[in-house]
Amino acid sequence: MTYILIFISAVFVNNIVLSQFLGICPFLGVSKKIETALGMSGAVAFVMTIATIFTYIIQKSVLDPFHIGYLQTITYILIIAALVQLVEIILKKISPALYQALGVFLPLITTNCTILGVALLVIKKDFNLLESVVFAISTAVGFGLALILFAGIREQLSMVKVSKAMEGTPISLLTAGLLAMAFMGFAGIVK
Amino acid sequence: MNNSKLKIILNGLVTENPTFVLILGMCPTLATTSSAINGMSMGLATLFVLVGSNMAIALLKNVIPDKVRIPAYVVVIATFVSIVEMTMQAYLPALYESLGIFIPLIVVNCIVLGRAEAYAAKNTVFDSFLDGLGIGLGFTFALTLLGAIRELLGTGKTLGMIVFPEHYGMLIFVLAPGAFIALGYLIAVFNKLKKKTK
Repeated sequence: MTYILIFISAVFVNNIVLSQFLGICPFLGVSKKIETALGMSGAVAFVMTIATIFTYIIQKSVLDPFHIGYLQTITYILIIAALVQLVEIILKKISPALYQALGVFLPLITTNCTILGVALLVIKKDFNLLESVVFAISTAVGFGLALILFAGIREQLSMVKVSKAMEGTPISLLTAGLLAMAFMGFAGIVK
Repeated sequence: MNNSKLKIILNGLVTENPTFVLILGMCPTLATTSSAINGMSMGLATLFVLVGSNMAIALLKNVIPDKVRIPAYVVVIATFVSIVEMTMQAYLPALYESLGIFIPLIVVNCIVLGRAEAYAAKNTVFDSFLDGLGIGLGFTFALTLLGAIRELLGTGKTLGMIVFPEHYGMLIFVLAPGAFIALGYLIAVFNKLKKKTK
């Protein structure tokens, strides 16, 4: 039951993009087409799950026992950067097809704040390892859901005439605001 | 101070304003601007990291091998972020609580790494210092403005001063959707003004 609650909470109620404001850069950057949005969500889900497992283990087995919690930020960002490189190299060797699909998005992920954000959040929320993994996967699903919905809207939006000053980012932000308002309707499902 | 030095600061403040023109660092911009004070503190924290990392990287630019420069920059930035984080935790615990996870997330703020790569790696220490100061002030200005507008529309207060009674406020502007909408209109206004001055 806990796991289902974590899932619903992370996907709908506390959606990482629309209510937590993490990962806005890729949300605005790669949401012009549904296909790229799909690729990006896949890559994020993949890296986020692995990164959360690794940072969690490092936190519990190295940082906590030695009381060096103040190195958290530095350690995490290094783990994530190294992991992204590693995933890229391994994927290239093992599964060229998957690499073809996700490859271009992988380097972008290092600076995606959702990955570091989720790694920090699971420690803050005091989850155990399994809960952390569920949380990471559900957050990635929530990210994908928001990204793909938004990409669908933007594809339609590109055919509409808007005034010069509102073109580009401003109109996208307004659309995102309306989407966020829609997601506010889920509030109350989970406490 | 001569003209060219002033230009570097103005460049960050207006011409290349990170929020309104470059559209970088959107996550903290949207998340921490529920009030003017929060926005300003986030801006100042980022300003400190920007100035520190820009200067450190400008100093180290001849020592860092080209191939590993990005990881090296990230380590430098993470060091300054940790300094801010620990200082805030010690002296401003309430603020630290309200900004929460977004303090460590300054590490992945694309503005900081962007300036390190685009400016500090090619210029002198003093110029990099000015560039960090300019961009940081531009970011602080944008966040404070956005925070003030959201606070005013949402609760009827600006920096704690009551402008109109709270029950006339539109709460939505303090919540998540209001952040997107307010920033969208602000950028549109900035675009319009820029076109006029041209």
